[in-house]
Amino acid sequence: MTIYLDYAATTPLDPKVAAKMAAHLTLDGVFANPASIHAPGRAARAAVEEARGQVAALVGATPEEIVFTSGATESDNMAIKGVARFRRDKGRHIVTSRIEHKAVLDACKQLEKEGFEVTWLKPDAGGLIQPEAVQNALRKDTVLVSLMHANNELGTMNDIAAIGKRVRAHGAVFHVDAAQSAGKLPIDLKTLPVDLMSFAAHKVYGPKGMGALYVRREPKVNLEPLIHGGGHEQGLRSGTLATHQIVGMGEAFRLAQELLPEEAKRLTALRERLQQRLQTISGVLLNGHASQRLPGILNLSFPGVEGESLLYACEELAVSSGSACNAADREPSYVLRALGRDDQLAGASLRFSLGRFTTEAEVDRAAAVVIEQYRRLTALAA
Amino acid sequence: MSIYLDHNATAPLDPRVLEAMQPWLAGVHGNPASVHKPGRSDHAALEAARAQVAALVSAKPTEVVFTGGGTEADNLGLKGVCYGRPSGRLLVGAVEHSAVLGPADALADLGWQVERIPADGEGRYDLATLDKSLAKKDVKLVSAMLANNETGVLQDVKAIAARVHGAGALLHCDAVQAVGKIAVDFRALCADLMTLSAHKLNGPRGVGALIMDRRVDLKPLVHGGGQEQGLRGGTENLAGIVGFGKAAELARQELTQRADHARRLRDALEAGLRDISGIRIFSGGVERLPNTVQFGIEGIDGEWLVMELDKRGIAVSSGSACHSGKGEPSHVLLAMGVDAAIAKGALRMSFGLGNSNTDVETALKAVHEIVAARPARVAAVGW
Repeated sequence: MTIYLDYAATTPLDPKVAAKMAAHLTLDGVFANPASIHAPGRAARAAVEEARGQVAALVGATPEEIVFTSGATESDNMAIKGVARFRRDKGRHIVTSRIEHKAVLDACKQLEKEGFEVTWLKPDAGGLIQPEAVQNALRKDTVLVSLMHANNELGTMNDIAAIGKRVRAHGAVFHVDAAQSAGKLPIDLKTLPVDLMSFAAHKVYGPKGMGALYVRREPKVNLEPLIHGGGHEQGLRSGTLATHQIVGMGEAFRLAQELLPEEAKRLTALRERLQQRLQTISGVLLNGHASQRLPGILNLSFPGVEGESLLYACEELAVSSGSACNAADREPSYVLRALGRDDQLAGASLRFSLGRFTTEAEVDRAAAVVIEQYRRLTALAA
Repeated sequence: MSIYLDHNATAPLDPRVLEAMQPWLAGVHGNPASVHKPGRSDHAALEAARAQVAALVSAKPTEVVFTGGGTEADNLGLKGVCYGRPSGRLLVGAVEHSAVLGPADALADLGWQVERIPADGEGRYDLATLDKSLAKKDVKLVSAMLANNETGVLQDVKAIAARVHGAGALLHCDAVQAVGKIAVDFRALCADLMTLSAHKLNGPRGVGALIMDRRVDLKPLVHGGGQEQGLRGGTENLAGIVGFGKAAELARQELTQRADHARRLRDALEAGLRDISGIRIFSGGVERLPNTVQFGIEGIDGEWLVMELDKRGIAVSSGSACHSGKGEPSHVLLAMGVDAAIAKGALRMSFGLGNSNTDVETALKAVHEIVAARPARVAAVGW
């Protein structure tokens, strides 16, 4: 039986979420088009709006500020391209970092082709983007700053309150990819100076193919839509609303809010337990800041072994080396390279990400497997 | 128990599709891009679904790009072609869905010269005008739907394709309403790009596909992660895609019987409607989807009729769900030269999974009663 420690790549659906989704699909359920004016349509609309409220509640937004999308990748694209294209007459400079998710990196690279200039900030040794670094990168023609809340590979958390304060003082729009952090640690958009925030349902025990973009109402953020058509979602994102996906995300965010305080404590303890055991291997390195991090993610580099060999040796464990989205590339993680790790250490890294269904026994077994396989591989090499 | 006659707005999920989706809604939980074990079986499921969708429209699996729905696929089809090219002329049909007209308008803002292909009184595109438009230079792309969502009218896409290709342009075809209701063959239609949506064929919402000739140079709308051969970034909606695959397979196997069933119900309904005085059946004289009827009754407001039927537990639509509640006459009917007052009275009934003869009888009785009682009712609500 595989031990699943890849919750940062994707999480299983919570059974409560799956049940809710199944009730919104077939003829005997709430299946109609929420845009229809008849009774089945109105029932679907009510379900959608309840879910919108649940998503908003987790992050301290108002329901009207939540725009449903097909996932965090679309949300990131919509935020970044949408703001840049809308504000292109105001300026063509964007600030982001080298360790963003591919969705942000690739959206920014696309904008470079469209005539924008991008400043790619380098993280500090702990994988953090310091507010001062952002401050120094801001120019008169900067229209957008896009930085992630928590890094998907490292689990490190940027101080978005301090960064946002500086971006706001400057007048640029601040977008934050919160796909990894939402539901893991409290987020309050009532107080955070953030204009746009991306969310994914499937990182929080909700369905894949479902996400949201928070679009601040006050002060209002304008953006050019990515998908045009029937004018759904206040004209910001057209397309028939997928009721079952939306109620799945709503239920997932509601559950996350309910469980958050307890889960954050439990996962922090489990992660520390795993870290303590694995750090008995001499020379193992923690990637990313030691304390400014999410509860459930641990990223370690192992000296003297090949990354692929280690991953395959530990096949009893479902863990990632770097981000899953890069797995097909077989290149050392660009995030770890940006932190200054050499090819060997960047390649021989494992990301353990723990979640709702992770048990202490699984953590102990995982630690034992890694230690055993690491010893075997280094012995073979010697 | 209510009667659902709005299958063109969205079709309920087939229980067999839900069953196929279940393993991906519970238990299996890899990210298909991950290399560890659960990830690999997910990848196989993704590719199996791609083959099922391809088979439904006689395309190759490599020609299927999964998207977050039909609207996104239409946007990808239009913008994906135009973004990579210097601006020129773009022709779109006058009765297209807003998912095509919306991106066309957005491209107009970027300097594209967008022109509408007019339709005749039955809603079919005027090929002579199309020829004239194509004869003027610089048409890069044409978008013409296969079946209209409101009237159900079918366009002669093959004839359009020949003209478009003769002019050196590309053809995008929105086949969202046609697929699953009539046989659709991507090769035979000769379109370069074609849009599908899962929920119109009893699959899940939130998933669609763009079928594309791989020789077309297409730019992605959503970047990041490299999924769908770099044409559409984002972790795949596996449960949705698996459901789409199953729905496509079932539609392929059961196409004839579904079409016959829907046609029988639709024709029975239509026969019973024809004796209402002042009724007009739109596109009634030409080839249509077997499941769709759209009509107008002189002096009756369509949305009022929708609500009256709704009170009796019958769910129908005045036209496109996307425009419901806005009180505007349908652009489709206006393009057909229908008078705005009659267009505002339009009502669409569309049949599908779960409908029976009894549904037709109940709906007919209700329409007759409402129409007969109209003067008193209209007075009562102050119309």
